[in-house]
Amino acid sequence: MNATIAMITFRAMLGRKRALLLLALPLLLLVLAIGLKATGNDDLDISATVQQQFGLATLLPLLALIAGTGVIGPEIDDGQIMYVLTKPIPREVIVLTKLAVAIVLTTAFAVVPTLLAGLILTGTTAQLTPAFALGALVGGIAYSAVFVALAVASRNAVTIGLLYALVWETLLGSFAPGAKSASIQQWSLSVIDALTGASPVKSTVDLPLAIALLVVVTLAGTFLAAFRLRTLAVASAD
Amino acid sequence: MTERSETGGAGGRPPTGNPSELILENVSRWYGNVVAVNGVSMKVGPGVTGLLGPNGAGKSTLIHMMGGFLAPSSGSVTLDGTPIWRNPGAYRSLGLVPERESAYDFLTGEQFILAMAKLHKLPEPGAAARRAIGLVEMEYAADRQIGNYSKGMKQRIKMASALVHDPPVLLLDEPFNGMDPRQRLQLMDLIQRMAAEGRTILFSSHILEEVERLASHIEVIVAGRHAASGDFRKIRRLMTDRPHIFLVRSADDRRLAAAIIADGSARSVQLTDKGLQVEAIDFQRFTWLLPQVARDADVRLWEVSPADESLESVFSYLVAT
Repeated sequence: MNATIAMITFRAMLGRKRALLLLALPLLLLVLAIGLKATGNDDLDISATVQQQFGLATLLPLLALIAGTGVIGPEIDDGQIMYVLTKPIPREVIVLTKLAVAIVLTTAFAVVPTLLAGLILTGTTAQLTPAFALGALVGGIAYSAVFVALAVASRNAVTIGLLYALVWETLLGSFAPGAKSASIQQWSLSVIDALTGASPVKSTVDLPLAIALLVVVTLAGTFLAAFRLRTLAVASAD
Repeated sequence: MTERSETGGAGGRPPTGNPSELILENVSRWYGNVVAVNGVSMKVGPGVTGLLGPNGAGKSTLIHMMGGFLAPSSGSVTLDGTPIWRNPGAYRSLGLVPERESAYDFLTGEQFILAMAKLHKLPEPGAAARRAIGLVEMEYAADRQIGNYSKGMKQRIKMASALVHDPPVLLLDEPFNGMDPRQRLQLMDLIQRMAAEGRTILFSSHILEEVERLASHIEVIVAGRHAASGDFRKIRRLMTDRPHIFLVRSADDRRLAAAIIADGSARSVQLTDKGLQVEAIDFQRFTWLLPQVARDADVRLWEVSPADESLESVFSYLVAT
């Protein structure tokens, strides 16, 4: 972990217009939760639906995509990464720092808003909200690792990430049960399912498998990012 | 590795002791089927070395390999005997000024250089940053955001970022691009001062005059190949002592062609629809003789222009020899 790299990354992420992008969706979630609460639509089913469909299935992957690719992708595209790479710092440290920043941002802009929305709607009834918060946190870590790796490996990271998050996890998941099991969202849901007694939450993946897959994907993403950064060939001007 | 960690890390100390040497041995780099750099060997020692070549010749590819950003496809690039590729420790004794303009635009000059000093883990990052900013005379703009800098100011702050850890070796990729004449002179002066302190400095350029003014030693790269190496006078001689091609238009091209052939100062004369294409053996003798030959033959000269004076053609001649 390197404090200077983290400082530069935070400033790059929060200083630009991207900060507004980061804020828009979580604000919408909170407004929705307050609206539902005010109109009396605040039973456990609705709370679970909001946290799952909005929080876990939409807000989390999108924000993790913005944060995960944003912490390193633009820097590679614009060439500023050279200023970090030309220092006697192991590349693993650079990747771990970038990943940590991505996880902090994903937590702040996706996990915490989901938690707040749940608290507004149903408090801690049936442990639904704490379960979702924890599930979103582990999912956020896995998503961040995948998207950081994607940003180091490909210039089309955002497009590929969007295809994965929206088409694979959401669309294909509703048609093909097989595709549904191979998704970070489902693994996180499995963790949530195990933590809450609320009936609306159902996952298709067994807990031990889900945990194992979350760990494997996180480690693989981190390892791949460090490996690719070590051999990153900065585009030549020639 | 151990050798470098002894020399590296101490801010504010001019590099004394053993001079650093970058050695390229039979270095090639290709992208797929395209060869960008082809079997280049050179030694870069203390002083200013100019890497001269037309755009697209492979200069940046070479600098990127010297800076550890590209693996040589074959051959080796070493700094004082240690490979640079996959060796972040090398950056303790290496400073690199990339060609691309972008720095962290949202930071002020001072924040940027201070961050660089901290990334180098210098014992006194604040002092090192101030010294580096002073070296490039950017104190007056240090608290302004880099995004608001002019091109020349950006170049200087980038220079400061490469100098902050006082490296014995400095690589600059097209450092004068986009600078106005005054900024150019300032930077030349700075580079000369750095070299006078015993540093090994290499800079790339496609402009002959820049290299002529600054570099004591020149390496010429054309089409990925090492075309020539030596001091400026030697390179200059290579460039002028080549056959020159002129385009000549006159009142009577045929008669002039016969006269030029008879005179013997040209190797070949070709009659084209644009005029005569003359390959002169001796540049100076030919330009001096041509008017006389024309007058003697009673042919009026309309136009004499060099057909191949672009830098590219000069360079490609060097490669052919």
